[in-house]
Amino acid sequence: MAAAEKPPVTGTGSVALDGLLTWIDARFPLISTWKAHLTEYYAPKNFNFWYYFGSLAMLVLAIQIVTGIFLTMNYKPDANLAFASVEYIMREVPGGWIIRYMHSTGASAFFICVYLHMFRSLLYGSHRKPRELLWVFGVLIYLCLMGEAFFGYLLPWGQMSYWGAQVIINLFSAIPFIGPDLSLWIRGDYVIADATLNRFFALHVIAIPLVLLGLVMAHLLALHEVGSNNPDGIDINKHKDANGVPLDGIPFHPYYTVKDILGVVVFLIVFAIIVFFAPEMGGYFLEANNFIPANPLQTPPHIAPVWYFTPYYSILRGVPPLFHSQFPGVVAMGLSVMILFALPWLDRGAVKSIRYRGTHFKVALTAFVIVFLILGYLGTEPITVWGQFGGWLGHADRATVVARICTVIYFLFFILMPWYTKVDKTKPEPERVTH
Amino acid sequence: MKKLIASFLLPAATFIALPAVLLASSVVLPGSPAAMASEGGPRLDRAPIKPTDVVSLQRGARTFANYCLNCHSASLMRWNRLEELGLNEAQITDNLIFDGAKVGDLMNVSMTRKDARKWFGAAPPDLSVIARARGADWLYSYLRGFYRDPARPTGWNNAVFENVGMPNPLWQLQGQRVRVEEAVKGEDREERKESHGGVLKVAKYEMAIPGSLTPVEYDQTVADLVNFLVYMGEPAAISRKQIGIFVLLYLLALWPLVYLLKREFWKDVH
Repeated sequence: MAAAEKPPVTGTGSVALDGLLTWIDARFPLISTWKAHLTEYYAPKNFNFWYYFGSLAMLVLAIQIVTGIFLTMNYKPDANLAFASVEYIMREVPGGWIIRYMHSTGASAFFICVYLHMFRSLLYGSHRKPRELLWVFGVLIYLCLMGEAFFGYLLPWGQMSYWGAQVIINLFSAIPFIGPDLSLWIRGDYVIADATLNRFFALHVIAIPLVLLGLVMAHLLALHEVGSNNPDGIDINKHKDANGVPLDGIPFHPYYTVKDILGVVVFLIVFAIIVFFAPEMGGYFLEANNFIPANPLQTPPHIAPVWYFTPYYSILRGVPPLFHSQFPGVVAMGLSVMILFALPWLDRGAVKSIRYRGTHFKVALTAFVIVFLILGYLGTEPITVWGQFGGWLGHADRATVVARICTVIYFLFFILMPWYTKVDKTKPEPERVTH
Repeated sequence: MKKLIASFLLPAATFIALPAVLLASSVVLPGSPAAMASEGGPRLDRAPIKPTDVVSLQRGARTFANYCLNCHSASLMRWNRLEELGLNEAQITDNLIFDGAKVGDLMNVSMTRKDARKWFGAAPPDLSVIARARGADWLYSYLRGFYRDPARPTGWNNAVFENVGMPNPLWQLQGQRVRVEEAVKGEDREERKESHGGVLKVAKYEMAIPGSLTPVEYDQTVADLVNFLVYMGEPAAISRKQIGIFVLLYLLALWPLVYLLKREFWKDVH
């Protein structure tokens, strides 16, 4: 039997503990898993600031799951009770407001971490071969996260919950032929109602989190199969010592576990500032309109999604309708997310990291970031925010025109990527990692 | 030591930059959600409220129980929560509860929503979290914005909430104001642009029949009321900030320890 051949576990300093671990290791791949994923998983030694956000995203996931469990103990997924049950948590459940604010702030923190984590990938080419599948798993996690946030946002049953869900579900009815039936099927009723709330609750607390956990596992396994990228975008496995350990690699544990704790403490400081001193974040994390109970008969004057969806919402609003159908906008919005899947194959650069890329890529990435932020800002505001042009431009809303230009640049960043990354004048990569 | 500070500064600065931008925009534009809701609406006065002023909160609770809690409910708020404001059970029962409710009951009203719709056209909203929905400045301006308007079924209109369904509940205190439109010649260019033919119409409000309070006293009464509404919107707000300070102190004390731990482990990495 293979189990009997394993050497006994030693070195914990306690005979009883050694014995227990030996017993477990004979029946479970304890030591091999520990080594493969922690003490003998070699990560490049030159990780910088941008490399904190992967572990921080996992921390936020844990926060969301734990606080979510406690919220479900008092939340009532019922159209007549939901709004009051959230306030019951805020007022009468001991410590309820901390749990709730951690969960609502955690939603935004999750997106901040994930956006910065994805940006890191763009900076250092972490999506490039051999990490394409790792990137694809990441985009799937991002999609799940969007679904999770969308379903969760209906649960407080405020005006923004209700009308935000209304706007998004109505998008499906813009799909030709099957649209109206499809949106009816999603809602489970002719309007957003108790049936919708119940199914969104089920999706938010069990279906999507299960998929999310599975994908995070796959993301980590894929990472540990191909190894971590680094700010130089070079392969550390080219230079190994006599034992086969990369010269520029250090064991993930204890080096990066102890370093990530540092990041965790800084993150928690920012997180605590928001949770305890600005939980509404000026209306960006908790919207004022969501403190009015959902009213199907009263449309709010201005419906905006939470900030993390606003770039895509701007694209949706910006694309002009065709034959009185919003379908082109829906397609553009869908494509703007789906195009992320193609990124590993669009990037043809000779080098991975921005440190050695040429001007073309740097300009393109800067333009992309600016455009993404402008689209994000415009999505939070009504289209009249910047007024209108004069008669010479047909009194078009300035914000809409800007959103259209930004949408075009957003897509050009991806569509032209095979060209500008290929013709870019790159610098030579170093042999070994630099700091 | 220099390295210690430097290694902290960059991550911390970048970490903080993103939320800080959001936070800054919310500070620069006070009550931005409310401002967003009333896009192009009337200019709001800043509510002079102090959430830690317990006496002001008690006065606000009195005004609330006397003038608001007949039509509006606050059904997410329990009477005995007012003990946080330094009142005891007997004081709450004797001075604030008028309908025989128990001190552990929620602040409900006996008017049904169906009746309310019939009488007012719309049911008066529950006020438990109204301050979080509208913002303190809006409430402060709105409650001081009533004027007489014979064209309205109730005889009242409001400068902040045009054609509002609610008649002025505080009219005995505030008195009765009327709206006077005054034609002013537009002097600077900005005014002329908005005006018609160089004449700008400016709405002014004049006190036709004074109330039992002077305008200054009335403003203070409304400020106390708004203060109470803000408190009621999130009763845990004060303790939230108090706990937050200790959480932050703990994390700030933890940081150097964690930093030294990291440095100890990393000293052999070059």
